[in-house]
Amino acid sequence: MTALAEAPALIGTSGDSLREAFGKALSGLADEFSNVVVLDADIAGGTGVHHFRKSHPERFLQFGIAEQNMMAAAGGLAAVGMLPVVTTFAVFCLRAIEQARLSLAYARRNAKIVASHPGIDVGPDGGSAQALEDLAAFRAIPGMTVISPADPVETALATRAILEFDGPVYMRTGRSPATRVFGDGHSFTIGKGTIVRDGSDVTIVACGVEVGRAIEAADSLAREGIAARVVNMATIKPIDTELLVQCAEETGCIVTAEDHNIHGGLGGAVAEALAATRPCPIEFVGVRDTFGASGEPDELAVAFGIGSGHIAEAARRAVARK
Amino acid sequence: MNAQPNASPKPTRDLATEIAEAAAFTRKHAVAAIYHAGSGHPGGVLSCADILASLYGAELNVWPNTINDPNRDRFVLSKGHAAPALYAVGAHYGFCDKKASLALRKIGSRFQGHPHVLDLPWVETSTGSLGQGFSVAIGMAMGLRLQRSTARVYTLLGDGEMQEGEVWEAAMCAAHHTLDNLCVLVDYNKLQSDNTNAAIMGLEPLAAKWRAFGWGVAEIDGHDINAILTALGRAALTHGRPSILIAHTVKGKGVPYMENIPQWHGSVKLTREQTVEALQALGATKSEIQELVDDGIG
Repeated sequence: MTALAEAPALIGTSGDSLREAFGKALSGLADEFSNVVVLDADIAGGTGVHHFRKSHPERFLQFGIAEQNMMAAAGGLAAVGMLPVVTTFAVFCLRAIEQARLSLAYARRNAKIVASHPGIDVGPDGGSAQALEDLAAFRAIPGMTVISPADPVETALATRAILEFDGPVYMRTGRSPATRVFGDGHSFTIGKGTIVRDGSDVTIVACGVEVGRAIEAADSLAREGIAARVVNMATIKPIDTELLVQCAEETGCIVTAEDHNIHGGLGGAVAEALAATRPCPIEFVGVRDTFGASGEPDELAVAFGIGSGHIAEAARRAVARK
Repeated sequence: MNAQPNASPKPTRDLATEIAEAAAFTRKHAVAAIYHAGSGHPGGVLSCADILASLYGAELNVWPNTINDPNRDRFVLSKGHAAPALYAVGAHYGFCDKKASLALRKIGSRFQGHPHVLDLPWVETSTGSLGQGFSVAIGMAMGLRLQRSTARVYTLLGDGEMQEGEVWEAAMCAAHHTLDNLCVLVDYNKLQSDNTNAAIMGLEPLAAKWRAFGWGVAEIDGHDINAILTALGRAALTHGRPSILIAHTVKGKGVPYMENIPQWHGSVKLTREQTVEALQALGATKSEIQELVDDGIG
């Protein structure tokens, strides 16, 4: 342990990132939820659960670099009454998605998958490490709840919410230091979107790191006289159709924004919901069906079309289509 | 094995006979269910019948009225395509209805092509994608140990299943975590879907691989009920490491025209004639054949 204690901290473990917010929250909730066990595949320093490892070592289960076994083992732990929280990077959740499908969702296990390092927010590790498909893939699994909180405050609230919720959940956190969007009075309910800034000309529906960028876009649109509403849609599945219909009726057009492929994620979920209820012009901001690359997150956001400027541009297009 | 040979419980002849009867019922019932289904995997069902009957007849601390007891032993059929054998042995020991379980693979039936825990809670988990049941069993064993339960966990793997990478992830994991409350059984019938194991992707030296992974290993005749019971008893006395019983079996055991022929792995459609011939070979009486083949299914 001496050698470990003297080793340099992994980059990001001390930052105000969603993964750190999750790890701290989970550790703080562990006494209240006494059946929680955390499953790790040798990246506890990167997923935030090093906090839990330190506070509750007896309930920290090491699986080594073997995500398929870890994911299915969570089903067994849940079957005997434990509350397993599977932790790894989003891209490795894709590796074990069939285990999540059969041994967690099909068997309707009360197990939680918490994935750090989603999207191009991963940054320097590059395209191989940047999961841009996870929301779509996990959303397609019957019975799987899919959540992507926006900031550290919401991540901590969502951590409690998924432990209280009965059923399989996939939740994204995030690698990079995150913009604070919410104050201490924020509340989080699974399945409910929230209007974080009001406006009447267009609604920007965002999740994860794109919520902060959507607010920046709304600021810039306001200077042009476009009043943009921003909705934080932290639950991608089940999507808050009621709120979407209300926004479509009140603002007449929608922009979706996500750090994910434009296919199948938040944009897909919003389009499906509105096509069946209250169709309106929708513009999609996301990575345009390509893989990511190395770079810093904000540089990549500009390069791959998910920066605040891209959201503002999409909002102008949406307004023009009304 | 750590256990002393004479420390294992000596199965009585009566128990072994009882289990042999359960295995015979399992074979007949499963073949009939596959006939009614019009598809299924008879070869690997027949090869594991003695193992399943031994587990449910003697080893597992679970009965139909204790399927919700947190301290029950767990069994996971990791080779989920042998579901008809699990359903049949379950029917024999009262976990499900005999006639209903003949409605295998039918729309609206709880007896799906592969076991589903939401349909039949006593099957413990849903399987059918090879490798996963083993990992689920590991999770159960870890959780039960955390709860200081005395319950044990058993899982049956197919030999072809061991070509899945997840199996070796699981093998490392169970040994690393010293899960001595876990016992794996392998239905080593040497054949898989398309050909022999040796032709598709060789498994040998199999026992040496598991020993190298840190497991307690025993090789047994998977059709010798006394040998199965003795090995299970020894496994239960093993401390500090998980156990694996490599059970040498014959694919299609008991039906001469199927034995050792990969094409009966399935999924195959049995004709009425083939079914009757199989049931006769398995010792079914005329009235049993009438009941299993010609009477209505549940």
